[in-house]
Amino acid sequence: MEQAFFFYFAFVIAATSVLVVALRNPIYSTLALLVMFFHVAGLYVTLHAEFLAAVQIIVYAGAILVLYLFVVMLLNLKQDVRYHRQWPMAAAVGATLVIEAIILTAMKGSTTPAAATDTETAIGGAGNTEAIGDVLYTTYLFPFEVASLILLVAMIGAIVLAKKDIGEREA
Amino acid sequence: MTELGLRLAVSFVQILAEMSIVMFTVAVMTLAERKVLGWMQDRMGPMEVGPYGILQPLADGVKLFFKEDIVPAGANKAMFALAPMLTMVVSMIGFAVIPFGPDMTLDIGGLTIKPFVVADINIGILYILAIASIGAYGIILGGWSSNSKYSLLGGLRSAAQVISYELNVGLAIVGVLLLSGSLSLVEITEAQAGGFWHWFVWGARPDGFFPIHTQVFAFVVFVIAGVAETNRIPFDLPEAESELVAGFFTEYSGMKFAFFVSAEYASMVLVSCVAAALFLGGWNAPYPGTIFEYIGFQQLAWIEHIVWFAAKVYFFLFMFIWLRATLPRLRYDQLMRFGWKVLLPIALANIIITALTVYFFPRG
Repeated sequence: MEQAFFFYFAFVIAATSVLVVALRNPIYSTLALLVMFFHVAGLYVTLHAEFLAAVQIIVYAGAILVLYLFVVMLLNLKQDVRYHRQWPMAAAVGATLVIEAIILTAMKGSTTPAAATDTETAIGGAGNTEAIGDVLYTTYLFPFEVASLILLVAMIGAIVLAKKDIGEREA
Repeated sequence: MTELGLRLAVSFVQILAEMSIVMFTVAVMTLAERKVLGWMQDRMGPMEVGPYGILQPLADGVKLFFKEDIVPAGANKAMFALAPMLTMVVSMIGFAVIPFGPDMTLDIGGLTIKPFVVADINIGILYILAIASIGAYGIILGGWSSNSKYSLLGGLRSAAQVISYELNVGLAIVGVLLLSGSLSLVEITEAQAGGFWHWFVWGARPDGFFPIHTQVFAFVVFVIAGVAETNRIPFDLPEAESELVAGFFTEYSGMKFAFFVSAEYASMVLVSCVAAALFLGGWNAPYPGTIFEYIGFQQLAWIEHIVWFAAKVYFFLFMFIWLRATLPRLRYDQLMRFGWKVLLPIALANIIITALTVYFFPRG
C-alpha cells in the first residue's frame, strides 16, 4: 500500500517536473510546478512528516508560486523560445542523472537504513511538530539563528533596493 | 481489505453529510444576506418565492443551472473552466478538520470513528492555512483566463490582498497555539472547556477566572483578516463593482458563476467555523458542562454541543452581513496600509506578550 503511494507520487513528481520545463505556455509550466509541490507534500505525508507537508504547501505553493504566477501573467509571455539552444546541456545533465540513478539502485541493499530508525525512535510518542520544534531550539539552534539572520538581511536588502528610487526622486 | 473498505465507506458518508450541511448553510446565507440587508435598510428583501421568500435560494439555483454558459472570445478555455472548480474544491475541503461536535467515538464493526470530525489530523490548523493559501489560485486563474482587463485587475488585486492578510491570520493564530500547545482543532477546542472564561478570547487559566492569557487582540485581528481573506465588504476590492464591473468573475455566467459565488459563501462559513473553534470555545457551552448532563441525559449532550457550535458560527455569519450593511469599501492603498502597518504589528505584539505571560504564568 505504502509502496503504491510512493510510486504514484514519485511518478507524478517526475512527470510534472519534466512538464515544467517542456511546456511552451509559461502559465501551464507554473501549474505543473503547483501539481509537483502538492505531490512532494504527499510524499512527506507518507514519511509521517505532516508538519513539513503543510509548510511545503503554505510556503511554496501558497506564497512563492503565487508570485511567480503574478509575474508570468503580467509579462504576458505567450509562446517562448527559451529552450531551443539548450538541448546539448540538458542531455548532458539528464544522462548524468540517469547514470546516478542506475548506480544508486544497483547499490541498494548494500547500505543499511540505520539513520532512519534512529530518528523514528527519537520522535517516539510526540507528534513530529513537537519533535521539529525541540530539535530546532536545542541541537540546531545556531544554524537556525544564522538562517533567521540571513533572511532578515535579505528582507532589509529588498526594502532598501525597492525604496532607492523613491528616495532619489524626493531628494 | 474489508476494514479499509469500511473505513472508506464511513469517511464517504461523513464527507457527504458534511458537504450537505455546508451547502445548506450556503443556501441559507444567500437568502439571509438579502433578507438581513433588506431589514437593515428598512425594506422587505425577496418576498415572491414561497412564504416570506424562503424558497428564493431554490429559485436562484434553478435559474443559474439553466443559464447559458458563455465563454468569452480569446479566453483560455481549459483554465476558464478550471478556475471555478479549483475555487470550489479549495473552499470545501477545509471543512475536513473542523470539529462540529464533541470528541466522541463510535464503534462501527470494530472501527473507531469520530462522528463530528471527518479527519482529526495533528496539524489541523496548518492544514486550514495551507488550503486557504491555495484559494488565491482559482481567483488569479479566473481573472487571467477571462481575457478581460477588469478580470485581470480583479485577480491581481485579490492575490495581493489574500497573501497580505493571510500573514495576519497565521500570526493571530500563534497565540492560541501557545495556549493550547497543539495544532489539532479538536485539542484546541477541548482546552477551552468549562465555561466562557476559559475560551481563548477571554483566556483564564484552567484554575481561575482572571483573563491573564486573553487573546482578544488576536481575535479582532483574526476576524478582520478573515473578512479580508474572503473578499467581503469592506475588503471586496477584487470585485469592486463601481470600478471593476465584478472583478475576477466579470466574464463568468451560469454554473461557473454559481461556483464562484457559493465558494465565497463556503469560505465565509469556514472562517466562521475556525474563529468559533479557536477563540470562542468551539462546541463548548458558555457554562461548565451541559444542561442535558445536569438533568440526566448524558448521552444526548452532543446535541447541546452542536447547537452551541452552530450558534457561534451563525453569529459570525450574521456579522459578515452586518459589516456589509454598515461599512463603505476601503481604497486599495488604505487596505494595504491597514494590513501591513496596523494589523501586523498588533499580531506580532500579541505573540510576544502571550509568550511572556505563558512563560511566567504557565497553564498548569
